[in-house]
Formats: sequence, structure tokens, C-alpha cells
Amino acid sequence: MKKDQTLGEALRSRGISRRSFLKFCATTASMMALPPSMIPVIAETLEKMRRPSVIWLSFQECTGCTESITRSNSATIEDLIFNVISLDYHHTLQAASGEAAEAARKAAMEENWGKYLVVVDGSIPTGNPGFSTIAGISNVDMLAETVKGAAAIVAVGTCASFGGIPKADPNPTGAVSVSDLVTDKPIINVPGCPPIPVVITGVLVQFLTFGLPELDSLSRPKAFYGQSIHDRCYRRPFYDKGLFAESFDDEGAKKGWCLYKLGCKGPTTYNACATAKWNDGTSFPIEAGHPCLGCSEPDFWDGGGFYKSISTPTGDIGRNAVYAAGAGLLAGAAIGGVLHARKQAAVRKHQRATIDDLGEES
Amino acid sequence: MTDVEFLLWVRGPAFDIATIILCAGIVVRLLEIFLMGRKPDFAEPRGSAMAGGMRTVFHRTLPDPGTLKRSSFTIITGWVFHIGLFVIIFLFVPHILVFERALGVGWPGLPSNIVDAVTVVTIIALLAVLIHRLRDPVLRLLSEFNDYLVWAVTTLPVITGWLAFHRVGAAPPALIGIHILSVELLMVLFPFTKLSHAFTLWIARWYNGAIAGYKGIKS
Repeated sequence: MKKDQTLGEALRSRGISRRSFLKFCATTASMMALPPSMIPVIAETLEKMRRPSVIWLSFQECTGCTESITRSNSATIEDLIFNVISLDYHHTLQAASGEAAEAARKAAMEENWGKYLVVVDGSIPTGNPGFSTIAGISNVDMLAETVKGAAAIVAVGTCASFGGIPKADPNPTGAVSVSDLVTDKPIINVPGCPPIPVVITGVLVQFLTFGLPELDSLSRPKAFYGQSIHDRCYRRPFYDKGLFAESFDDEGAKKGWCLYKLGCKGPTTYNACATAKWNDGTSFPIEAGHPCLGCSEPDFWDGGGFYKSISTPTGDIGRNAVYAAGAGLLAGAAIGGVLHARKQAAVRKHQRATIDDLGEES
Repeated sequence: MTDVEFLLWVRGPAFDIATIILCAGIVVRLLEIFLMGRKPDFAEPRGSAMAGGMRTVFHRTLPDPGTLKRSSFTIITGWVFHIGLFVIIFLFVPHILVFERALGVGWPGLPSNIVDAVTVVTIIALLAVLIHRLRDPVLRLLSEFNDYLVWAVTTLPVITGWLAFHRVGAAPPALIGIHILSVELLMVLFPFTKLSHAFTLWIARWYNGAIAGYKGIKS
């Protein structure tokens, strides 16, 4: 496939019908909650577009984000969009390795200076440069070098977006997110552990079609992260009715009641799981009977326990109360003693007035 | 500090500190009252102090008709927000989980939209008592800083809780964090302000009733 082919040409040469391409555009538009009138805009923009160069950097990560994007939607048009995007560097997916791979990254940067897109998955260690290196280059250096000529950065996954699991307490590598290090380029965070595949491709399409999308306070595209899991959860009516599963195998769990008491973080988590779902729209964690872990939110790993509900204190309240009552008894007895002594002193000082005393004064 | 770090702090160390101050404070205040002692009454008893005391503890829960007529606004709004607070604190499922964690026992809660409605009524009643306090010349003259402080620390958790439930105004973890922090403020001030009426009330009622009961008269 030629590099200067447009997306439309590339799709046609691969035998993708216009019908299925438009279907993809329609799905993307509905994912972004856009009116149907925007479908032709997406189609037209994508079709005319030169394949943008994408450099995918993988730092402290588990490859789950790459697994998510490559496996779940196999043989769909989303997959092809990725094939037709010029993915010039991705050390898990590319055939080249070592010097050749690094040369490909540098060549892509030079050819597309100022226009290429950098996708990052994984957090960046700041503790010791040797904690994570690629071809002998530390993650910090590679990120700094690569983003210089980038049009924008897409931080895929919670590690790249917020530090994720590597940043979890006690953060042994001094892991930070992309936005902690890069401040002079537009950054789109696509968090999730991993993010939903169609959300990753959706964000890319949104960026390529409309430019930088509208972002929330955590730099997440509002089109996909605009609503909480709780607000779109099909179990929400049970929450409102006060019907909760108390354990994973009780009647409530079997009847599909709300998982709030089992630690569900749906009320504080913003993601598209409840609407876009996983595995080609099959289901999502809550539908499978497990509470939401809140994986698209910062510090979800340190959120006080996956199975403790968000409203409860994390300490041992009973023990604290008993110790406090003991201390209170001691302090109260001491204060009581002082007050009692004062009272006795006042009684002793009290001078009785007689009728004669009163008579003298009048 | 991120929103999640803040939430963890209020759920962890801050809640521990608040619990300790609340529990120790209540015990200290109760001991202060009890250790003051009472003068021995050498008069011949004409009735039972205990029976009179217990009767008054329950009897004074309902206002006598004269008082109800004179201060109907204060009594009715007072009842409304006290019942509201009871429903919100003890019958909202996320709150029951806190008691379950502290006491080891839980109980069934009400549907959250009912608690939501009760919360709105409670907020209205709390605002009404404040407006009444500000507009009534006698009440305004009698009010001091502590009265407004007590109103504020009671009302804040209700309003922040309602905002956290509807998730308006800030990120949800921050909203829940602010709500829990406002409750912690209430817990810390509880034993040392007029809020302590929640436990001194019963002692005062019993004492009033006991004096009358000892004399063989109705309190």
C-alpha cells in the first residue's frame, strides 16, 4: 500500500465496500452522540484524508491496551482503519526490531514533522532511567524526543493518562503520566484498563475528522467519557429502589440487583462501558456480575479497596471508638475531679449571712 | 492532592480523627455532667423520682397544646428537619453501610429517590428555621455565633450530600469527599456545641421529671 494513498483509496483497494465504510462512520457518529447529518462529514473527511503517521510508544505497560485494540474487534472495519493509518512504529506489532525499528520511528518523525500523531500506552518512570528502556533509550528521553514534532498526543490507557498501576502506592519507579511530562502539546487521555477498543478508534476518528475533541477536566473526550457508568447502568433502577446484592452468590446477585454494596465504583467512574460495552457489544463487567473497579479514573488502584463501597470509612471505626471512649473516660474523670474540687472550694469559701448582717447593711 | 487522594484522606485518617474526637468528647461531656453531682434532697419523697423522670423523657417528645399553638412554626419545622435528618442518616443505604462497618450490624434502607425527596424537604425546613431566626427580632437578639455555627454544620452535610448524590458542581470523588468532610466537621463540633443536646436532652428531661416525681407532682 502506498503511503500517499487517501483512506478512501486504500479502503477500496482492500475491497471494503462504501456501504460498510458508511456503516462504520454511522456507528462512530452515534458513539459520539452526533446527529445523522454528521455521518457524511465523517465519511468525506476520512475518505479524503492522507493516511496519518502514527507513532505508538509503549512504556511501563502490560500490553493490555494493545491487546484490547487488536483482539476484540478482529475483522471489523475498526481494525482496518488501524491498518490504513500509517502505524509507523509500534514495538509490539511491528516486524522490525532493534536499530531498524528505531530508524523507522526517526524516519516517520522526519517525514511527517509537525503532523504525526503520538499514541502512548504505559506510564513513564522518573525514578531511575534504567527502570524502563527501549533500544537503550529511557522512556523519559524517548517521549521528549518523539513528541517534539507531534501534532497531538493520545494517551491510551490509565497508565499513560494518569500513571495507572505503576504509579500505585508506593510507586517504586516514580511513575508519572504523559501530561505530567508534556505540557506544550495537545493531549487526549483515553483511560481505561484497558480502554474499550471502539473508544480508542472512535477517539482517533474524532480527532482526524473534527480536530481536538471537547475534553473534560481530566482531558478525556466528552463524547466517550461524558457520562458515568452509574447513570447509564442497566442495574440503576435497582439502586434507586434500594435493592442490592449483599454478596456474590446471594439472591440479589442472582436477580441482577445493584452491586453498590459490593464496592461498585460506577457512581464515580466516567466511561462508555455501560453503553459501548465490550467484546463487540456483548457485555461489560457489571453485566457479568462484577462491580466496576473505576479503572478509567485516576488512582483507581489506591481507591481504598475494590470491594469496599465508596461511602464507607477505610479505618477500623469500632477500635477507634473504643480507644476514644477510654481516653474520654480518663479525661472526663480528670475534668470532673477538677470541677468537683472547685465546687468544694466554693462551698468552703461561702460565707453565711445572718439576719443581723442584713440588718446592718440596710 | 488529587480528588481520589482527598477522598481517601477523608475516608481514612480524617474519619479516624473525627470518630476519636466525637466519642471521647461525648464521654468527657457526660462525665462532666454526672460528676458535678446533685445536692442531696432531705425532703420526704412523695412519689418516685425514677418514674417521674422516665415519664417526662417520653412525655416531652410531644409538645403540649399551648406551646404548639404559640410556637407552631418552630415546633413543626423542627419536627420536619429532625425526622428528615433521621431518615437521611439512618435509612439511606450508603449511610447504613457506614454503620454496618462501625457496629457490625446493618438494617434495610429506603429507596434512594425517597431519601432524595426527604432531603429536599429537610433542606427547605433548615432554610426556613434560619430565615425565621434572622427575621424574628427576639430570636435574632438571642442568637449568638454558636447558633449560626450549629445551623451551618448541620445543614452543610445535607446540602453536600444531596449534591454528591446528584453529582453536580464538581467531580464525583471530590463531591463525596467534601460531603464526608462536612460530616467530620459535624462530628468534631458535636460534643462541644449545642448539638450535644442529642444526648444531654435525655438527661435534662429525666432530671426535670425526677424533681417533679420526687415531689409527687406532674412535670
